[in-house]
Amino acid sequence: MAPSKPTRITNRIRVLRFGHDEMTQAQLAERIGVTRQTVIAIEQGRYSPSLEVAFQIAQVFGVPLDEVFQYPDGATEQ
Amino acid sequence: MSYEEKGVWAYLLSSAGAYIVYLVIVVPRLFHTPAAHVPYLVPLIMSTIASVIIATLVRSALEVARPSDSHKADVRDREIARFGEHASRWCVVGGATVGLIGAFDRWDYFWIANAIYLGFVLWAVVGSVLRLVAYRRGL
Repeated sequence: MAPSKPTRITNRIRVLRFGHDEMTQAQLAERIGVTRQTVIAIEQGRYSPSLEVAFQIAQVFGVPLDEVFQYPDGATEQ
Repeated sequence: MSYEEKGVWAYLLSSAGAYIVYLVIVVPRLFHTPAAHVPYLVPLIMSTIASVIIATLVRSALEVARPSDSHKADVRDREIARFGEHASRWCVVGGATVGLIGAFDRWDYFWIANAIYLGFVLWAVVGSVLRLVAYRRGL
């Protein structure tokens, strides 16, 4: 059985990167001041970014926060 | 692998390696010498210094083999470091507690020093392993 992800937050960073001239993970990392490994971890759902980093990512793509990150309905009830 | 993660690998390998060398030097002496007379101080200090030097060399070697994009720790590195230190602090507490009990009970200095030293080594090893797990599986 695959190990469960440490976060239930999903994101569209990969899609948004491709929609922005195929921005690389390294370019996004440089824009928001983290390492490329951190961008990879966020994209793969292995790390929940701080609110500040989340807003920075949304700002890079010029979209609202909830277009980058999603939280499943009813997740807080469990 | 980030620069910080390489540092954790280097710290883990050097801490564990130096302690194993220390045990290889000191433990055989216990077979034919009472603990109170076993010379452990120099090996203990030397293994501690060696572990720092080895950590630097291993990290440099890893960096030469696979250069990192950045040498700066970011917010995730700092969170993982905090998590590792927080979760493994009980090893230091355990080592110090055993050392304190030993002092109350008038153990030889050898056992008190080694209990405390083991606490520090476990703190380094357990903390490093937890940090590596956090890097690989998530925080």
